[in-house]
Amino acid sequence: MEHQHHHHHETLAGTRELPMARSMCWHCQSEVTGEYLCGQCVKVQPLSKGLDYFACFKLPRLLNIDEQNLERIYYDLSRTFHPDFYSTKDESEKTISLGNSAFLNSAYRTLKDHIQRVEYLIRLEAGAVKDIRSNPPADLFEEILELQEDMETFCGLSSEDDSTDRTELCQKLQRDRERLEERQAKMEAALREKYHEWDQVQAANPDPKEARDQKNAVLRSMQEILSNRTYICNMVNELREITD
Amino acid sequence: MSRIVGIDLGTTNSLIAYMDHGTPRVIPSPDGKTLVPSIVGMTDNGLIVGDPAKAHLTRDPARTIYSVKRFMGKGLADVKDELKYFPYSLHEKNGVIRIEIGDKTYTPPQVSAMILKELKRRAEEFLKEDISKAVITVPAYFNDSQRQATKDAGMIAGLEVLRIINEPTAASLAYGLQKKTQGLIAIYDLGGGTFDISILKLKDGIFEVLATNGDTHLGGDDFDQRLIDLLVKEIAETHGLQVQEHPDLMQVVRLEAERAKVRLSDETATTVVVELPNGKYEKTLTREVMESLVMEIVEGTLAPCRSALRDAGLRADQIDEVVLVGGSTRMPLVRAKVEGLFGKKPHSELNPDEVVALGAAVQADILGGHNKEILLLDVTPLSLGIETMGGVMSALIRRNTTIPTSAKEMFTTYVDGQTSVDIHILQGERELVKDNRSLARFQLKMPPLPAGVPRVEVTFLIDANGILHVTARDIRTNEAQSVQVKPSHGLTDDEVEAMIRDSFQFAEEDIKARQVIEARTEANAIIVATEKALARASELINEKEKGEIQRAIQQLGETQKGDDHRVIRAGIAEVEKETHHLAEVLMDATLKEALESKKVSEFVK
Repeated sequence: MEHQHHHHHETLAGTRELPMARSMCWHCQSEVTGEYLCGQCVKVQPLSKGLDYFACFKLPRLLNIDEQNLERIYYDLSRTFHPDFYSTKDESEKTISLGNSAFLNSAYRTLKDHIQRVEYLIRLEAGAVKDIRSNPPADLFEEILELQEDMETFCGLSSEDDSTDRTELCQKLQRDRERLEERQAKMEAALREKYHEWDQVQAANPDPKEARDQKNAVLRSMQEILSNRTYICNMVNELREITD
Repeated sequence: MSRIVGIDLGTTNSLIAYMDHGTPRVIPSPDGKTLVPSIVGMTDNGLIVGDPAKAHLTRDPARTIYSVKRFMGKGLADVKDELKYFPYSLHEKNGVIRIEIGDKTYTPPQVSAMILKELKRRAEEFLKEDISKAVITVPAYFNDSQRQATKDAGMIAGLEVLRIINEPTAASLAYGLQKKTQGLIAIYDLGGGTFDISILKLKDGIFEVLATNGDTHLGGDDFDQRLIDLLVKEIAETHGLQVQEHPDLMQVVRLEAERAKVRLSDETATTVVVELPNGKYEKTLTREVMESLVMEIVEGTLAPCRSALRDAGLRADQIDEVVLVGGSTRMPLVRAKVEGLFGKKPHSELNPDEVVALGAAVQADILGGHNKEILLLDVTPLSLGIETMGGVMSALIRRNTTIPTSAKEMFTTYVDGQTSVDIHILQGERELVKDNRSLARFQLKMPPLPAGVPRVEVTFLIDANGILHVTARDIRTNEAQSVQVKPSHGLTDDEVEAMIRDSFQFAEEDIKARQVIEARTEANAIIVATEKALARASELINEKEKGEIQRAIQQLGETQKGDDHRVIRAGIAEVEKETHHLAEVLMDATLKEALESKKVSEFVK
């Protein structure tokens, strides 16, 4: 099996200026600066407690991610951490490998999916954006109420009941679902616009106070779109279950 | 680092493989067979495993255990529908099935351990070294209890199980290594008792499982059962015989059904013959009839395939290659259905019986540190969660999450001074607790404080074997808390230890049984050869000598029925002594004959 090994420094070029925690190797006590393997004894190091998913991949906190690059880093780090490569090592190394692998897998799963990625970023940057309402969006409220009524009626009809009524209602619900799915797609497009906005604010790097306000504004609007999207998604899923 | 072997512990057949200078190979028996039937027979002289046990099945069905994999990690309620098909009685103790044979009871891991030991012995004989470490395969859709039971079986057999690996993933390793495939592949694995579908992405030596699905209770055994039901019904009609009331006849029908099914993969019609006490039952069976019997089961494998594709976020036409694994994929109907779903011809170049064991050997090689190029990233097949208020399951780790993985959950108290919280761990995809699999329970200790103040964080970690580990930590004091997890359908550590001790005793019985079988085989061979010689040379020796030889073989014929291999060996020696002169006379006669025939031939020339 041919494997092209990508050295970390190549794939992560340009991100080396990220601040790294200084610590000591658990094995030989030499200094390690955020490296995953000790420079002296080459033993695997436990990931530091405060490490976030972006930092684990040595990526800046941006929302537009090159998925190919993300996968490449994930495969490289898997080769560094996976328990399969520590089977013959001592217990402490096995434990570190297991913990690091579990963290890496969660990080990859989260960063790979753009919705999970933005939700995670909002949690990371949170603080200022906790006061987001979690009520259904006002313009959807009426529509959702009506839909729920229709769904209840539909579920009440057994297949022996008047089949024309049932078929008609089913078709209506399917049309409703398609409309909601379109709406979901629009929301996601709006969300992607915001990703660009976020990445620009991150890159512009103006004075800290101003940047914080700008960031919070973007985070808040993304959070709003996300919670509306959750409502739509839940409705779509329920409709899919009923009509399929 | 001692050698690590790869073992496919199957429902109907098991295999053991090793890495031979970078190439995985299955270890054959001295007569060249690679499959060991997963059957264990209890005889008066101890245990027999594999082919001899299969022969034992029709002689003593009540003391022959087959398809034990179906009982691994299960309680009695899980198998109640099929109890009627098994000739031995079962009961349950501490959530674990116990198999009753005579006055002894065995747990499924113990019986599996007997098969593992036979494989271990075979490898030790072949490789001329001690084997103590193994990678064992399980169906991808096995839950935590079933995986743990397999690990327990390994321990009881005296093996350190370095990894439990999923069968379709193992197959992908063997396949990917040989074919140097890249891209998206689907492994369709239909074995004797289980079905798995796994979707993988192969790229630069990384084998990343994207999704898996399946049914741990669907396989070739079920095909056999459909045919058995038909035959039993017809025999009742034609011969007025209730086969189910005769366990030995039932096994004859079962083996004949299995053979007919196998033949119908190559032929379009075959004849089923069963010798009954009141005459012969004969039936011509066509492939069409066989296919109509199993159609529903085969189509039942397609829904898990679609679910796996959906979870992987793929359409069927995006799959680059489809690979067939497991003996049941030899059936043309299965191949046609798989081809229909994926829209491409499935690959079946590798021996579907051996590919899983070969993959296990590849994984063993990786764990041994000999292969740094390949890395397998597997997933957990089922969602893991805990019981919450109202009997609802709250999922902590979703199905198809790459392992190892962990989830943390914070627990507190509802009442002032409450000192513990009960936690119930579950696996499954359903909303309600009762519809999911109960894995284990444990009690979390809480410091006696006002309600809501204690904070204990529990970490649920699924390791690379797909097996759960639970740890807890008091957030306020930052102290780790030991957690005693009680499995719902598994053996406790103490039970496993006791079984390891018992297994040494089994080992002695095992050796004894083998010695008896070997002596008996030899005795039979000598009797046949001597009788033949006597028939040929009766005029060459005197009556007295002839009488003594006949007495000796008659006596050996009696002693070989006994249970002491030393007595049988003595009988063999006796026959050899008595036939010493006969052998010489025969040799002379043969020589003379050879010379005479030479003369004749010279004369003709």
